[in-house]
Amino acid sequence: MSSVLQLLLEGEHLNTAQMAQVLGLSESDIAAELKRLEGEEILLGWRPVFNPERAQETIVRAVIEVKISPERDGGFDRLATRISRFDSVESCYLMSGSYDLLVIATGSDLRDVATFVSERLASIEGVLSTATHFMLRAYKDHGHIFSSPTEDSDKPAVSA
Amino acid sequence: MADDSQRFVADHVVSLPRSGIRDFFAIVAAMPQAISLGIGEPDFVTPWHIREAAIFALEKGKTSYTDNLGLIRLRREINTYVEHNFELSYNPDNEILVAVGVSEALDIALRAVLNPGDKVLYHEPCYVSYSPSILLAHAQPIAIGTSAEDQFGINPDAVEAAWEPGCKVLMLNFPTNPTGGVTERAKLERIAKFAIEKDLLVISDEIYSELTFEGEHTSIATLPGMQERTIFLHGFSKAFAMTGFRIGYACGPAPLIEAMMKVHQYSMLCAPILSQEAAIEALKNGGPAVAKMKEQYHRRRDLIVRRFNESGLTCHLPKGSFYAFPSIQSTGMSSMDFCRGLLTEEEVAIVPGTAFGPSGAGFARASFSTSYERIIEATDRIERYVDKVRK
Repeated sequence: MSSVLQLLLEGEHLNTAQMAQVLGLSESDIAAELKRLEGEEILLGWRPVFNPERAQETIVRAVIEVKISPERDGGFDRLATRISRFDSVESCYLMSGSYDLLVIATGSDLRDVATFVSERLASIEGVLSTATHFMLRAYKDHGHIFSSPTEDSDKPAVSA
Repeated sequence: MADDSQRFVADHVVSLPRSGIRDFFAIVAAMPQAISLGIGEPDFVTPWHIREAAIFALEKGKTSYTDNLGLIRLRREINTYVEHNFELSYNPDNEILVAVGVSEALDIALRAVLNPGDKVLYHEPCYVSYSPSILLAHAQPIAIGTSAEDQFGINPDAVEAAWEPGCKVLMLNFPTNPTGGVTERAKLERIAKFAIEKDLLVISDEIYSELTFEGEHTSIATLPGMQERTIFLHGFSKAFAMTGFRIGYACGPAPLIEAMMKVHQYSMLCAPILSQEAAIEALKNGGPAVAKMKEQYHRRRDLIVRRFNESGLTCHLPKGSFYAFPSIQSTGMSSMDFCRGLLTEEEVAIVPGTAFGPSGAGFARASFSTSYERIIEATDRIERYVDKVRK
């Protein structure tokens, strides 16, 4: 794995200049490597991780179990890709088990998500059934734990 | 209250020097906004699966004493771990003792083997407790200086030169706090030969061994004829980020472990059971977390050492630990003056090398157990300060 990618995965927010310092490379090396990662579609994008309660995000998020019928050519791929293209679909995974696709969808309110499910998703030819579960509260997202108030550290500033 | 109660304090405790690190801590504590590179412990929190094992043990009502030597399940895991990582084998029944950190293990080892007036060789700069622990055991510390020329590894010639009749113990700590120095195998072999020739007991504190970045860590206990004259000390604080659990262990010949157990039994009784349960989990499943932390320390080390050298502070590459030990001699200042000035003018805390013994003069210890961003900011400020004081 490239050293730039490893550093990104560590999760500390660093700008290009800081990454260059940490890895002992020039800024242009870092920029070139990021460009390569993006060019090869290894790195697809950047997004912040919000604490929805602190950010007063009123977004509604649902996990939808979707059963679809596989097709002779391409299996689940065509339908999965088609479903993934909706803006309200945040993530879409092919699953083992009692259903086929796990779709995470967002909307501005319950009705918004419900409309998406009934009018968009369920009506696609090949979609056999859906089961929608609304998320009530987030505790952890992308490795970040929410709602654990940061306590003052008792760690001494200098120790042996 | 009248302060003449000082008269009750024992003479040998009165004469113990205060730890230089505590003096410096008092100054830094008054400046909470300062960036501290003075921290002698991991910035990581103990991996959750290890904390969770301690919680589970508490839920199950594990609140009792344990065997004085520690839980047999833990001692078996220690043996497995030490066999796998150090190629050393000990009998969990009578050759392993679980202690309250390596600090306690070191203290009881010294108290178990030293008679008043015995002499103990140790290398310096070193962890702050070594000389006081020897003095508290009513023995005489003999320091062996290490130097930047040897990358702060121990020079066998210096060991031989420092030896004198009455020396009973040689204390080693590689990788070393505060220098990050290690001693390569060939030199350890010469030291081992000398220890056998002079019939020295070796107490080897290997707490930073997992954090060895270059080459393989060699324990002196693995060298021919050494296991029977070595007390091998190790613990969980550094590699597993478990400082607050206060848990470590000693491995050695049964009669020595038995003697240490006596001192331990009458003073500490046993290590806390919750920490022992956490330690079992750490040994069984902590490998991946340790490897991940080590990888980050490695990158941080390369960054901080490069930045020091760019700033005009010559810094050898510490081969282990999470400390860099740059020379501040190019500034012409004393360690204490440099560190005080850096703290008041640039609000960066590093620890004067003299806190780790007189041979630390001309150096300072900077811990890289902190984020990249802080290391970058701190070293930028240090560079600015060095530029200023050199003019």
